[in-house]
Amino acid sequence: MLDRTLNEQLRGLDKGEYSSVDLTRAYLDKISANNQLNCFISIADDALQQANEADKLRASGSAKPLLGIPIAHKDIFCQSGVKTTAGSKMLDNFVAPYDSTVVARLRQAGVISLGKTNMDEFAMGSSNESSYYGSVKNPWEESCVPGGSSGGSAAAVAARLCSAATGTDTGGSIRQPAAFCGVTGIKPTYGRVSRWGMIAYASSLDQAGPIATTAQDCALLLAQMAGHDPKDSTSSKNETDDYLGKLDKDIKDVTIGLCTEHIQSLDSSMSQILDQVVKKLELLGASFKEISLPTSHLAIPAYYIIAPAECSANLSRFDGVRYGYRCEAPVNLEDLYKRSRSESFGAEVKNRIMVGTFALSAGYYDAYYKKAQQIRRLIKNDFLSAFEKVDVILGPTTPGPAFAIGEKSDDQVAMYLQDIFTISANLAGLPAMSFPAGFIGKLPVGMQLTGRYFDEARLLNIAHQFQQDTRWHKQQPGDLL
Amino acid sequence: MEVTAEVVRNIAELAQLKVVEADIRILAKSMENILELAEQMQSIDTTGIEPVSNPLDATQSLRPDVVTETNQRELFQSIAPATDDGLYLVPRVVE
Repeated sequence: MLDRTLNEQLRGLDKGEYSSVDLTRAYLDKISANNQLNCFISIADDALQQANEADKLRASGSAKPLLGIPIAHKDIFCQSGVKTTAGSKMLDNFVAPYDSTVVARLRQAGVISLGKTNMDEFAMGSSNESSYYGSVKNPWEESCVPGGSSGGSAAAVAARLCSAATGTDTGGSIRQPAAFCGVTGIKPTYGRVSRWGMIAYASSLDQAGPIATTAQDCALLLAQMAGHDPKDSTSSKNETDDYLGKLDKDIKDVTIGLCTEHIQSLDSSMSQILDQVVKKLELLGASFKEISLPTSHLAIPAYYIIAPAECSANLSRFDGVRYGYRCEAPVNLEDLYKRSRSESFGAEVKNRIMVGTFALSAGYYDAYYKKAQQIRRLIKNDFLSAFEKVDVILGPTTPGPAFAIGEKSDDQVAMYLQDIFTISANLAGLPAMSFPAGFIGKLPVGMQLTGRYFDEARLLNIAHQFQQDTRWHKQQPGDLL
Repeated sequence: MEVTAEVVRNIAELAQLKVVEADIRILAKSMENILELAEQMQSIDTTGIEPVSNPLDATQSLRPDVVTETNQRELFQSIAPATDDGLYLVPRVVE
């Protein structure tokens, strides 16, 4: 039953093939047997109790859409009464006093929370190596990174330690680990899912979304996660689309764009995989056109000013006064602030706070922050022009498969270049998803679809149609207990 | 651009981070790497381009001015490092 998709598990529960308690117990055992992957920061001690409640509700005829399905939450989502760390020593002792909207909505839909997944510290990273709790290992090859920052969530789904997990994506943090771990994940349009209770990294880029094995499961989860939330003033009032209802449409009327600038940069193995995906989608009826995103080469420079600038503002709340880490025996208030922050933030977080503070400081604002926001406009305009010709844009999620743990940790910029294909969607606020599309050696790689604003249903539809006709999403890492 | 020790100390002060002398060179190098990457932005002219601060160009939405939250001081202070009589405790500020 652990090999089944979330959708299949729902049917299994409906038919009484197993109970939520059976499912939850089996997952807890599997999580414990695969501790070496380090996917989880904490395990819910009330998971079986939640499952028992779900079974009782099911017996009494409850129609909650995801009733009794165990999932995991990225440890960036506040969950009332549960330790919520954001992968940082700063929040190692933080027990959230309230629920994030994502956690609350999914609980309302009936899910069981198995625990909280490991992540790069404050979601700053592309490899999960910046977590205070240690690196997550890629289930396909334990010497490799799972990607980041939602690496614990992606690795847990890949290892079938849960059928789905929540993630967040500021520059690729759902899509890149989904690609590296051979699973499916979607970053919705900015504002589609509420950010309330989601520990902020870069507020104009952050967006939550699901990670699962299939596009169908992502649709099932997104249907519950999406929608306006009065508690998040940036959450959209647009009506939520019918993600599930549109999965089965054929894709004969869909025009898919291939970005010239991205294709030119690919190595031969990634290029071959893209060609095979294009052929498959053509067989399914889609047509293809080349498009240009001429400013895309400036997405990384712009991002590494905007995201640190926003992070330097967001992380100023961590001061050792109201919650979180406090240094020992501060001599005065300034010492309390400075040592509490310096003793508990990791190196990458400090780097980004420093760069961001610099970019926002007097005399540098126009040259860095304003310039980056202007480039952001050009990137957005590139997409708007492209979407006059095509419905979606297809390309690899990452330049290559997962790299070795430690391989890029000494070269910051090489690490940042991992995000080259994913960052533009965050800067423009567009929805984008990654789905498994093949292997390079024994490591999975993903393809990315980027769509128009609020066109998540079309991305899920195309990926679902691809998955009806391929088996990449069904591959599982071997050698797991 | 070159990031001097003085710039690092000044920015660390603004960011309320304590930086030990041994780390100044490492931080400076790391800032230089990112700022060098950011230099690429200067390759195009953006005169007159409207900056994007919200990707949907949305403006702040307003809501009716009514109380929506209840006072949960005890709950919130239960996770604080040090409190006394409903107040957050910090080292003495005024002698």
